[in-house]
Amino acid sequence: MATDLQFSSGPVISVRNLRISFRLDRTTTFDAVKGISFDVPHNSTTALVGESGSGKSVTSLAILGLLPPENSIIDPRSEIIYGGRNLVTVPIGELRALRGGDISMIFQEPMTSLNPVFTVGFQLEEVLRLHMGMTGRAARERAVALLHEVGLPDPQRRVDFYPSQLSGGQQQRVMIAMAIACEPKLLIADEPTTALDVTIQKQILDLIAELQKKHQMSVLFITHDLAVVGEIADHVVVMRNGEIREKGPAKQVFEAPQDAYTKALLKCRPQLDRRPVRLPVIDDFINGSPRAAADLPDRRRGVEPGDPVVLTVKDLGKSFYSREGLFGTREFKAVKNVSFELRKGKTLGLVGESGSGKTTVGLTLMRLHEATTGQAIFEGRDLLAMSQKEFMPYKRRIQIIFQNPYASLNPRFTVGQILTEPMQIHGIGTGAQDRTDLAFELLNKVGLSEVSFYKYPHEFSGGQRQRIAVARCLTMKPDILICDESVSALDVSVQAQVLNLLQDLQDEYKLSYIFISHDLAVVKYISDQVMVMNEGEIVEIANSDEIYRHPKMPYTQKLLASIPKGWAA
Amino acid sequence: MPHDVPMKSPAPALAPREIPHTVSPGLWTLAWRRLRNDYVGMVSLAIVGAFIVLMILSATGLIAGDWSREVGTNYAPPSFIGADVEGGTPAAPAAAPTAPPPASEYKTSIVDPIGDVIAELKGEKAAPAVPGAAPGAEEKSVDPLADVMADIKAGKGVKGETAPAEVRAATLPFGGDKWGRDVLKKTIKGSETSIFVGIMSAIVATILGTVFGALAGYYGKWVDDAFNWFYSVFSSIPYLLLVLAVAAVLQQKGMLTIILILGLTGWTGVFRLIRAEYLKHKAREYVQAADAIGASNARRMFIHIFPNVSHVVLVQLSILTVGFIKAEVILSFLGFGVPVDVVSWGSMLNEAQNELILGKWWQLVAATVAMATLVTAFSLFTDALRDALDPKLKGRHGH
Repeated sequence: MATDLQFSSGPVISVRNLRISFRLDRTTTFDAVKGISFDVPHNSTTALVGESGSGKSVTSLAILGLLPPENSIIDPRSEIIYGGRNLVTVPIGELRALRGGDISMIFQEPMTSLNPVFTVGFQLEEVLRLHMGMTGRAARERAVALLHEVGLPDPQRRVDFYPSQLSGGQQQRVMIAMAIACEPKLLIADEPTTALDVTIQKQILDLIAELQKKHQMSVLFITHDLAVVGEIADHVVVMRNGEIREKGPAKQVFEAPQDAYTKALLKCRPQLDRRPVRLPVIDDFINGSPRAAADLPDRRRGVEPGDPVVLTVKDLGKSFYSREGLFGTREFKAVKNVSFELRKGKTLGLVGESGSGKTTVGLTLMRLHEATTGQAIFEGRDLLAMSQKEFMPYKRRIQIIFQNPYASLNPRFTVGQILTEPMQIHGIGTGAQDRTDLAFELLNKVGLSEVSFYKYPHEFSGGQRQRIAVARCLTMKPDILICDESVSALDVSVQAQVLNLLQDLQDEYKLSYIFISHDLAVVKYISDQVMVMNEGEIVEIANSDEIYRHPKMPYTQKLLASIPKGWAA
Repeated sequence: MPHDVPMKSPAPALAPREIPHTVSPGLWTLAWRRLRNDYVGMVSLAIVGAFIVLMILSATGLIAGDWSREVGTNYAPPSFIGADVEGGTPAAPAAAPTAPPPASEYKTSIVDPIGDVIAELKGEKAAPAVPGAAPGAEEKSVDPLADVMADIKAGKGVKGETAPAEVRAATLPFGGDKWGRDVLKKTIKGSETSIFVGIMSAIVATILGTVFGALAGYYGKWVDDAFNWFYSVFSSIPYLLLVLAVAAVLQQKGMLTIILILGLTGWTGVFRLIRAEYLKHKAREYVQAADAIGASNARRMFIHIFPNVSHVVLVQLSILTVGFIKAEVILSFLGFGVPVDVVSWGSMLNEAQNELILGKWWQLVAATVAMATLVTAFSLFTDALRDALDPKLKGRHGH
């Protein structure tokens, strides 16, 4: 360990006037970070908050010197002061000694950050060998002790496991063990809980907070989620488009935000205790629109027994089979005996952790997966028992919006082609002219300009692409829309816009939604009824206010207790 | 084809209600822009383009149409070396012992490989009765060439273009071959054969590989099993053995045969790659979305997925072209290639192995340089193409 560095009582690391740009091609560069300055104080947690493209991850990579040298340019006047040295100009060898030793990092995806062909013990011992010079039994004992410290059950046995034998949460614990192995002074955590389920997220957050206090480390916590920040941070730095919008102690930022953008971020996110008719969006705050300040009335949600039913699902089951041995097959029941009713013009929220089968329910209803058992009654007919040909006219009636707007639009089609294709297939509209007009109309409806018709998907941002996906579904005039994690990949501000759009469309066309999400706050906001799933089975189904106020089943209670509460004064 | 001015996408065609807009660059246009910034790629493309222009000109007979004319002395050296100083041509002393008379006409006739055939034909014509042919031939065997000689002498004035007595150049731009044909023109004509065979067989192989790969990857299950089984059996047979087998079945020599041989045996690599691409893409959300809007299997396979894997196909096509140009050369060198009356780089190299012993290096150099230049340029262009089409470089994905 490089122990010759001297620290005064000041900050562990000071970033001064950091300016980073990326070379896009020979002539153009893109300014990712535009001269930011902030400190990470000793023995505390600093959160770097921002949406995608804000430059928060680039900043953290710059601290570790991990930016790709071939296309990134750090302005030579930038300073990253650590222990009296400027990390921007320090030789690479010295930087390498600091990495993993004095400064270490946890990444977003534990599954891809661990090497799958080595045991976790081996990978931990490697860190200890490289930075602490520990070998043999000493290294192994220390590895077991570290795994014990990060709360991995039965560490004596699991030290010899391969990463694939551990769950996502356990893998992230191993990553944390590697990061704290050398008693770092600064731990950088880049979205460490984003890929994890909400119950696991809570455990990991608690663990990081506990370790921070125990080892008196400084933590630089990078996230897009203000609710998480509220739980963990002492200091907050809010970034947008490569600039710092606001920084200060967490109490000040949460209770008396000065910057319009910070205020917007705090308001855009659906809250568990309120349900305004319309969510405020960032632009309202930035432009100082009166809508920002307006206290909108709450929307009433819920299903009455008399509401007409549009889709009845009975005993839906889906099994996947994997080959085992030479002839054997093994059955995995992804969905078991799921029954529910979807009411016209209402939203059914479907929540559960990963592997709960909620996405499979959606895909099976669309017949993108073949159902193993069960019925789905729509207009008196069982959709699942029809032949492909019989199903064709019904196909357009149930549509789906996928999670990732970057993957669900064909990159080789123009938006015009994307929108007119379904109309062609289903014979909607009298001719090409009619279809084009309808496409223009729908683009307006989802809030895109008519010029978009001629553009390709890669020219749009994530939120805009999701609007295109919504417009594609609307071309077929569906009755039921399945939203499979449709806003989960979007930034908080964009999320609010798309949720508002979905709500407006429901009000106008009386669409029925099945809203699948792991995000309990969003589901609470948009749903009339909520169905909680776990391991392929329904745990509980009730009106959304009812379920959030009085959860009956222990699993639901556990799930709701794990939601980050945000800033609690 | 990618083009600087973006293609008009099909959609605007059905939009009489025009909205002022700038046509957006599609992914092909963006790839072309990236390629244009690649200096090495553009130089390679220019070289490949020049070869293809040469091939077209030669195929239409605009240049090198007269490659088979024997315009120089035998083994005429390249002009930049100058005429042979060792006195006469090396062919003359070789010819002397067999034919003492120093008649220049005689000299040419001994290198005429079909002289015997002509004589036989003459003999047959002279004696139509087949049984009687034998004594007739015996009679003439005293001087088998007398007839031919007489014929040549007599015909000299009539058909002048084949007249061997015309003045032959002592040197040629890049030397001459055994018969005094211009090596430069021969190389151009040879490139026509080699490039044509290379490109056509690459197209055949790519189409086969793409269709098989698409079917196997898209449908999976037993279709995939069947194609994989076929693929495994096919690729377990040694390559040259397979080539010989196809050649034996087709029972004839010619360009078409070579194209079929290379095309039918070369699809396996493309198949493997395209199958993997389809396996990957069929699970993508945009394909599921296409399923959700009711697009048929064929539509999903070829209208939705294919444009997204076409860059792989394109790169494979150019890799195969390079490989098949080399393969044609090897086959022709080994004698399984083009027939004797067609020239290709391979047949030139085949001739060159004997010439090299005599110190006549120019034919070897000409064929080798031409092939090396084209293959290198093509390979570099393929690399540049792959970089330009690499989806990983496509835009900045905001995550």
